[in-house]
Amino acid sequence: MTATGVRAPLSATGRPAGRPAWRTILPTVILVIGAIYCLIPVIWVFIASTKSRGELFTTFSFAPGTGLFGNLADLFAYGGGQFGLWAANSVLYAGVGGVLSTLVSAGAGYALAKFDFRGRDLIFYSILAGVLIPGITLAVPQYLLLSQLGLAGGPLSVLLPSIISPFGIYLSRVFAASAIPQEILEAGRIDGASEWRIFRLVVLPIMLPGMVTVFLLQFVGIWNNFLLPFVMLSNQGDYPLTVGLYTLLAKGSGAPALYSLAIIGAAVSIIPLICLVLFLQRFWRLDLISGGLKG
Amino acid sequence: MTTSDLAPIEASVARAPRRGGRPPSGRRPRVRLAPYLFAGPAVVLYVVFMLIPVLYAIYLSLRAYRLQAGGTFGRRVEVFVGLENYVGVLSDPELLASFGRLAVYGFIAVPLTLGLALLFALLLDVPAVRAKRFSRTAIFIPYAVPGVVAALMWGFMYLPSTSPFSYLTEQAGWGPIPFLTGPGLFGSLANIAIWGGVGFNMIIIYTSLRGIPDELFEAARLDGANELQIALRIKVPLVGPAILLTTVFALIGTLQLYGEPMTLKPMTNDISQTWAPLMTIYRDAFLTDNLPAAAASSTILALGTVVLSLIILGIVNRKRFGARS
Repeated sequence: MTATGVRAPLSATGRPAGRPAWRTILPTVILVIGAIYCLIPVIWVFIASTKSRGELFTTFSFAPGTGLFGNLADLFAYGGGQFGLWAANSVLYAGVGGVLSTLVSAGAGYALAKFDFRGRDLIFYSILAGVLIPGITLAVPQYLLLSQLGLAGGPLSVLLPSIISPFGIYLSRVFAASAIPQEILEAGRIDGASEWRIFRLVVLPIMLPGMVTVFLLQFVGIWNNFLLPFVMLSNQGDYPLTVGLYTLLAKGSGAPALYSLAIIGAAVSIIPLICLVLFLQRFWRLDLISGGLKG
Repeated sequence: MTTSDLAPIEASVARAPRRGGRPPSGRRPRVRLAPYLFAGPAVVLYVVFMLIPVLYAIYLSLRAYRLQAGGTFGRRVEVFVGLENYVGVLSDPELLASFGRLAVYGFIAVPLTLGLALLFALLLDVPAVRAKRFSRTAIFIPYAVPGVVAALMWGFMYLPSTSPFSYLTEQAGWGPIPFLTGPGLFGSLANIAIWGGVGFNMIIIYTSLRGIPDELFEAARLDGANELQIALRIKVPLVGPAILLTTVFALIGTLQLYGEPMTLKPMTNDISQTWAPLMTIYRDAFLTDNLPAAAASSTILALGTVVLSLIILGIVNRKRFGARS
């Protein structure tokens, strides 16, 4: 932001004098271009969401319009408040699914990392194989299975499959193996604490940073998922935002009026998640992922 | 966490997951039930929502519906047909064409996503670079945007009537840019994937870079190496495992391409109902009611993903072990 086009005095760059300035400027410029590339669609969607229906197709893309409040009112009035329902569903699926998934992963990761038991390797390698199986190719067989059980169609059919996360278990195992000292567990056992008590009072607090990471990955993953809810759900009122916005757009080809709804819907729907990710960025332990493979 | 105990992912991949339970080593004879209770929920969910669906899909893929003659009305019965569905699916020109399109798309999207992620991560790690916080945050933002919403936003930026890019070229008298027709479509779809994937991969590689001890670079700098040499000769080889991991994830992501072409579909005539393999599977399963074919294609797609990932992990393992010996 600061040093781009400006030929900053060398001293101001905080580097030993005598080095050419382009060594600072060129990499900075490339990086800032990348940043702009990533921001353009976001900026565009916010600007486009201020345009009234007529302005959308007639004025220059990056010129703000006058229809923001009209669009917002239309969006929340659409289909008797369906947009709000979709948003609430997304929060429910991603929030509840993320929390349950994190707890399940933490328990499994702890067991796999800190106990020797019959079948441990089998479980671990099965779960590793699960990391490689694309979750999405499972959606169709999962649907068939859940419809046999009579669960397909309802919210549970989206929530339940979202709880199992092989990658989350794998990360939890990495974290538990490196963060929990064996002595602390032994000490707890000698003091006569039950395994459950040790898990709740000793293990979970230590694993918290790892669990935040797993939670965020799962939350964003479920929030962004499209095919699973698209396949599973039969009732518009159960849709999450991704499927809801998709149906808006798909209908929009016949009725361009829905285009402005899809645009304002997209703009409104990305605000909370961008805020969440930016806010929680500092709590991420992504070194878990990258460090996990250091051989 | 730079635990080196994570070599298991490689080990597991190199050796098939065939080792069964081994006898408890007896270090902690007191504890018996606890680990099973802790791992229990995950195991149950894994079996119900991953293992059984996979087995069920394989079972379904070996069966077919047949009209049984006899009586006044033919009866629809399910029979075992062996690999017939696989033969049918693999000789289905539409599915093969969709795999071809996926390959073209993947060859654009995967290298560019990873190349840009690596480039940005390396630039972030150069001490003299300015505006790091801003750039890192901005490049990471698309991670928070669902693929469907990304496709929606880019779709409007591609659509001639709303595109800011086509607006400019039209003002210049060149006409709109064909983002959504012909070969341009591949680039446009790949661009959505690149936009959505660069940030996350950049952060993974960058975190991995931050884990390298500074002394390594100091020594190189004292020896007169410049930042470019340090990046290429020291940093890139050291973040190899992170690049490998991101490659595997990018590949898995590519094979799952579905929501983006589905979202762009209403905007163009060039995306058919069978444009991507998963779209064909969805059509077979839900629109034409040919579940066995859908199951066979799903199995092939899943198998293809696993095999591709194993090949990549295997190649890298062999290279590394070769270098060590």
